[in-house]
Amino acid sequence: MRTGLLGAGLVRGWKVRVGLSVIGFFVLLALLGPWLTASIPGLDPRANDLTAIGQPPSAAHWLGTTQFGQDVLAQTIEGARGSLFVGFLSAVIGTALAILVGLPAGYFGGRTDSWLNFLSNLFIVMPVLPLILIVAGYMQGTGLWVIALIIGFFGWSGGARTIRAQAMSVSNRDFVLAMRTLGEPHHRLLFHEVLPHLTGWIAAMFLSGVIGGVMAEAGLAFLGISDSGAISWGTMIQAAQQQSAVLRGMWWWFVPPGLCIALVATAATLVNFGVDELANPKLRTVRRSVVRRAQAAETTVGSDA
Amino acid sequence: MTATTPAPSAPVAAPEPPVLAAVDVTKHFAVRSAVGARSVVRAVEGATLDLHRGRVVALVGESGSGKTTLARLLAGFYTPTSGEIALEGVPVRQRRGRVERSYHKDVQLIFQDPFGSLNPLHRVRHNLERPLKLHHGVRGKAELDRRVRELLERVALTPAEQYADKFPHELSGGQRQRVVIARALAVEPKVLLGDEPISMLDVSIRLEMLNLLDRLRTEDGLALLYITHDIASARYLCDDVVVMYAGEMVEGGPKEQVIADPQHPYTRLLVESSPDPGRGARDRDALFDADADGLGEPPSLIDPPPGCRFHPRCPFAMDVCRTQAPPRADLGDGRWARCWLHAADRTITQENE
Repeated sequence: MRTGLLGAGLVRGWKVRVGLSVIGFFVLLALLGPWLTASIPGLDPRANDLTAIGQPPSAAHWLGTTQFGQDVLAQTIEGARGSLFVGFLSAVIGTALAILVGLPAGYFGGRTDSWLNFLSNLFIVMPVLPLILIVAGYMQGTGLWVIALIIGFFGWSGGARTIRAQAMSVSNRDFVLAMRTLGEPHHRLLFHEVLPHLTGWIAAMFLSGVIGGVMAEAGLAFLGISDSGAISWGTMIQAAQQQSAVLRGMWWWFVPPGLCIALVATAATLVNFGVDELANPKLRTVRRSVVRRAQAAETTVGSDA
Repeated sequence: MTATTPAPSAPVAAPEPPVLAAVDVTKHFAVRSAVGARSVVRAVEGATLDLHRGRVVALVGESGSGKTTLARLLAGFYTPTSGEIALEGVPVRQRRGRVERSYHKDVQLIFQDPFGSLNPLHRVRHNLERPLKLHHGVRGKAELDRRVRELLERVALTPAEQYADKFPHELSGGQRQRVVIARALAVEPKVLLGDEPISMLDVSIRLEMLNLLDRLRTEDGLALLYITHDIASARYLCDDVVVMYAGEMVEGGPKEQVIADPQHPYTRLLVESSPDPGRGARDRDALFDADADGLGEPPSLIDPPPGCRFHPRCPFAMDVCRTQAPPRADLGDGRWARCWLHAADRTITQENE
């Protein structure tokens, strides 16, 4: 019931609805992509059609073909898988690290806080992009997994600071102290008393992490740091750039992946607006109580009858 | 040193040793101002307090007098800067992990704000089941249900089944505070510390809460510390009263004597300031030369006045009050006061009166 209500709260408002449907569409595309491209003839992202090289959109190739005679539509579908995979995995890693570092720092305070805060400050001031370049260059020849790991590993520090600040404020509230007086061990206090109050922040952080991950992957691919075999929106743009698609006016090559990245980012931002509303517990409390009261009334009526 | 019960012959003296005792407990907080200057807040200075089985001690004083700090010291949230807290005669030192839990099995704290001390995300049931699981190893749904029902019935939240599955925001302030008390009771503590447990509640339900606390004391033999700034409720509920001013305890003893015949000027001021329909408006003016309102604010605990901390506001302040802290004077019948008026040299008192 709780998830249902949470969902009901989330789906309220057009922003969240639009955002969720766009993201849902791309996730479906990522999941069904291989099956789609395999089952529909002429939609093989890797097949080189030498009769159609650099063709603009046509009936045979809806989004045209690349300089290598590959179908852009097929590549965009296939690219959704790579880009979203990197986006979600790096967001999961980044968010998990942010919680692992920020939550104990804010909750325990003192020396623990000093050390963990030092660590996140270190990662904040570190020049991340050059470091990613070096690490990625060092691990050359590896796939999207490593890219996602690197992006996640270097992208948690800002989130850790946010979580730390929030955890600090929640930890000092009376109910945490009260449960401690009851004898609750620290891990229960951390994960059952403090963490649930940060859900809104974490969800927002995760969504912006997805945006960041998709963008960073595209950026890295554009700079040439990616697996040459893998197809993502980033690698598509990079290939287009290498073949001077802009100069040749082959807009159909780089506009679809670019548009997709922009769409996913916009959609995630829209969902974030809704999560922000949810992060304010008062908004949710009111709604929940209303629903429960209505249900209670229903059940009493039902039992009476 | 059992300070509140010095004379064994006194009628108030409990024969058994105190459950929880604070001996000369001091707590200083280091603070730093915006410019980096360090200073020390002397929140509690030399507090001595005994809590006995089945007795209620009221700790009264105005805001900022260190009442809550003392409660939190007793609850184990802070370690005393100096002095000692003893649970059943055993000094409590490092409170971490298992030691902390065993301490909290005996000492529970009720917070002032029932709206803040329940996690809004947990149902009433969760709050009551956790202590049962933690301290009594209660497992099994049926047994937990039974114990939760019992607890809710003990604090008069009936029908219990209905309340068990509610969220805090669905309860009123008084109902929440009952849940908080039930949660503390689930531990089956020996000492209950109430940090202004009724001050956030609606006036109409305060009496019910006081009666509930009174029942717990008589039926379960709990030792209760009742912190308040409301003399009337202290008089209703308690056996003994201890008055705090600016981090120091200034007077203590059985409630009737302390409230009816206060010995320390601050206690007098406190008692006089509580409304009493039977008293003429003139009495207070006569006592404090009509300028009690101009007596000023409680002092800063960072830089407390030298000597007696009350002297800047005291209508009877003498030279000695400005330089030397008064010793504790036992006045018999378990009463004591920390005031130069009652110090060994009683002649000063007479001259002043």
